[in-house]
Amino acid sequence: MSSVWKTLEKHLINVEKPARYIGLEQGAQQPKHDESNVAWLLTYPDTYEVGFPNQGLQILYEIINESGNSEAERAYAPWVDLEQIMRDENIPLFSVDTHRPAFEFDVIAFNLSSELVYTNLINCIDLAGIPVRANQRGINDPLIGAGGHCTYNPEPLGKIVDFFVLGDGEEVVTEITNVIHKFKSISTSDGNRNSLLKELATIEGVYVPSLYKAEYNEIGNQYLTPKYEEVPKLVEKRTITDLEQWPYPKEQLVPITEVVHDRLNVEVFRGCTRGCRFCQAGMITRPVRERPGEQVRTMIQAGIERTGYDEVALTSLSTADYSGINDVVDQTIIDPANCGQVSISLPSLRVDAFTVGIAASIQNARRTGLTFAPEAGTWRLRQVINKLILEEDLYGAVESAFSQGWRRMKLYFLIGLPTETDEDTLGIARLAANCVAIGKKYTNTASVTVSVGGFVPKPFTPFQWFGQNTVEELNRKISLLKEEVRKTKGVKLKWHDPKATLIEGILSRGDRRLGDVLETVWEKGGTFQEWSEFFDLEIWKESISEHGLDHEWYAYRHRTKKETLPWDHLDAGLYKDFLWQEWRDALDQKGLEDCRWIPCYDCGACTGYGLEHVVASTSPPVGGSQGTWQNMQEGEYAPQLLEITSKKKVGVSK
Amino acid sequence: MIILRLRSTKIGKIRFASHRDIAKVWERAFRRANIPLIYSEGFSPRPKIAYGLALPTGAESECEYLDVKVDDERIGISRILEIPEQLTELLPEGIKVTGMTEINSKAISLQQAVTACTWEMTIAQNKNCVDQWIANVLDSKELIVERTRKGKNVKDDIRPFIVGIEESEINEDGQVVLKAELRTQPRSLRPSEFMKSKLPNLTQIKLCRKKQFIETGDRRLDPLEVGQSLEANMELCSS
Repeated sequence: MSSVWKTLEKHLINVEKPARYIGLEQGAQQPKHDESNVAWLLTYPDTYEVGFPNQGLQILYEIINESGNSEAERAYAPWVDLEQIMRDENIPLFSVDTHRPAFEFDVIAFNLSSELVYTNLINCIDLAGIPVRANQRGINDPLIGAGGHCTYNPEPLGKIVDFFVLGDGEEVVTEITNVIHKFKSISTSDGNRNSLLKELATIEGVYVPSLYKAEYNEIGNQYLTPKYEEVPKLVEKRTITDLEQWPYPKEQLVPITEVVHDRLNVEVFRGCTRGCRFCQAGMITRPVRERPGEQVRTMIQAGIERTGYDEVALTSLSTADYSGINDVVDQTIIDPANCGQVSISLPSLRVDAFTVGIAASIQNARRTGLTFAPEAGTWRLRQVINKLILEEDLYGAVESAFSQGWRRMKLYFLIGLPTETDEDTLGIARLAANCVAIGKKYTNTASVTVSVGGFVPKPFTPFQWFGQNTVEELNRKISLLKEEVRKTKGVKLKWHDPKATLIEGILSRGDRRLGDVLETVWEKGGTFQEWSEFFDLEIWKESISEHGLDHEWYAYRHRTKKETLPWDHLDAGLYKDFLWQEWRDALDQKGLEDCRWIPCYDCGACTGYGLEHVVASTSPPVGGSQGTWQNMQEGEYAPQLLEITSKKKVGVSK
Repeated sequence: MIILRLRSTKIGKIRFASHRDIAKVWERAFRRANIPLIYSEGFSPRPKIAYGLALPTGAESECEYLDVKVDDERIGISRILEIPEQLTELLPEGIKVTGMTEINSKAISLQQAVTACTWEMTIAQNKNCVDQWIANVLDSKELIVERTRKGKNVKDDIRPFIVGIEESEINEDGQVVLKAELRTQPRSLRPSEFMKSKLPNLTQIKLCRKKQFIETGDRRLDPLEVGQSLEANMELCSS
């Protein structure tokens, strides 16, 4: 085993935030390298501060290191200053745990949570001293793997990554280890790499792109066919059935230097059944699997004691929907062991479940930021996207928060949604103005920050057929909002760059041909594209046309029902018919209720796998309309059949 | 309430963590050790920990200090004596608590009380060059350095802040090592300024703070030796 530390340490004094590269975090492991072990380098293709808190990597880090035949370390993309030094001084990409060079590992596994990091993934492979194209790597090179939400359309990286994993990684990671372990012990020849990949492809949830031949029809749709009989035609995602069996991370890493989300994280459930039609996470992670309340409490208690954190985030796609939320929040706050010094943050708050009770409990300790996501400015458009929250719900939540002493909050919206009109866009400003007005009743300094992002259609959502708004159209809508927002004191507007939205859209639904484009963008220096100071649309446009492709075709074109989509060979558990029906219903402004509290409408996620939703409590949490736009203040019953009309008009609640 | 002054090291990889990073690390370590601290009042209560002179990121140290207010009604004297060992266990590799004392609540803060530090600098230049440099510095009556302060260019004579420089030595890696004592009052002379005070500027490979002093009259004290309620029996290993 070797280490780059001796060379690296000489240069660290000359780089920004050198503590990013030293390891030593609480909970970090120093695996003893054993030749026969399968060594994983879990890599986040962005900076340390962004990648460190990633819970997926931390869960796998523990599971791999617990097993007898594997070991895991972590790596992150070095910032541009260190990268230059590494290239000048021939320092390869390294693990932060033991500073071992990346090329000494058996697998370099990346987490992909955003399209704009794809060029960083290429850069990391190159920094490791490994060929970036899968077909140029030999038996002695590490395998390149990737997991995370972006792998539901992995095609743009199909020429670069050896294998992708779809869905939950907890179980499949050990199955992959076992296959690699078997191959490590037998003779090494280049033919072996292909046999290894073929065997990996037989694991459920693993997709090996090189084993599929890509062809294109006259309009440019990609068709994939397996090159071998034993390779599955359809790759299904992995789902763990019971979160209780996976209380990970057991020893969450505590950083030495500043990172985002620097707090204890406890995942309270996975999956979401609200059915927001724009939301990929909510679709691909179904069904809902809640962690039992008792386990959540023990994980919080043990975590606080072990880490010394004074903040815990209860994480999920919509934490206020957790059926045991009130008990967990109350008991954490009153726990004498926490001495009133532990604060709770609830990321991803649904406004219709944020009650005075929760507001009061949270603010009991320290106050954390509050963000609500109404997503669209009018009830009409919220029906289209199936975010069935009433204006009353929003105002109720905002009132709860202001009445409990909050002075400012953030509202998150999407622009460029299907069927959006200017009335919908301006509705955003109207909602924000009304929220400020509510706040003024409690404090003169009440303010609301409106954050708008351009909508990117994602695979395996009802909107996967929708052609996204052009950069110009998004810019026009932002100008419209800017003007409108200026009329109300106390409303601030922030927006995501529409140029970046365009590239996200191209990659989100792109095909394998984009691999060449990614490589060209990377060669032209286009890394850290998630960082506005480095994002450069011109490099992308140039590279796309150099390869004879058309960015408008990828991003702006509405797809037809007949077209083959680049991810049709993958299975996220959802029936394509269900998604298509949802797309039609969206256009008819027909909503669909949360299926935890109504009879199953068979989207495929449960029935196809013989699964069921796992809930911690049999009744929905108190408060709001719970996505049914009916009064559920009692919290005792779930309405059975609802008819949602598009005629319902909702005014401002008094 | 009892105020404890702790001395600790910062050696190895951890030297690349900033002063601010380390402050957070301490806060968490106290919480993990379940040591009841006194918190500030108000909107966002913070434990009352006062850190000594900041150490440049990347520099090692054998003598960092902090003062912390502990709620002695909730912790017995025997538990207090275990604090250094307990914290060392919980702190990252390279940070070791090497001493502890109780100080008077009226004691002057570390930032104001410390008057000088000795530094060990490992230098990239050869020994002849370094020795000549030392001689030149020591011979100078004044050493003017320019720096920007609050947007203005200020000229300072830093000669009075150089207490002394020892003869250079060669370490086991064959590198030249220079030891100097630099004042921290009325202003702190940074080792980086010191090395640039005379041409050719010295280039540092490594930097280590060896000692901090509080001078009162003709006595030079380790900050652990200060304070009216000094309890000698509570000081652990003194080196």
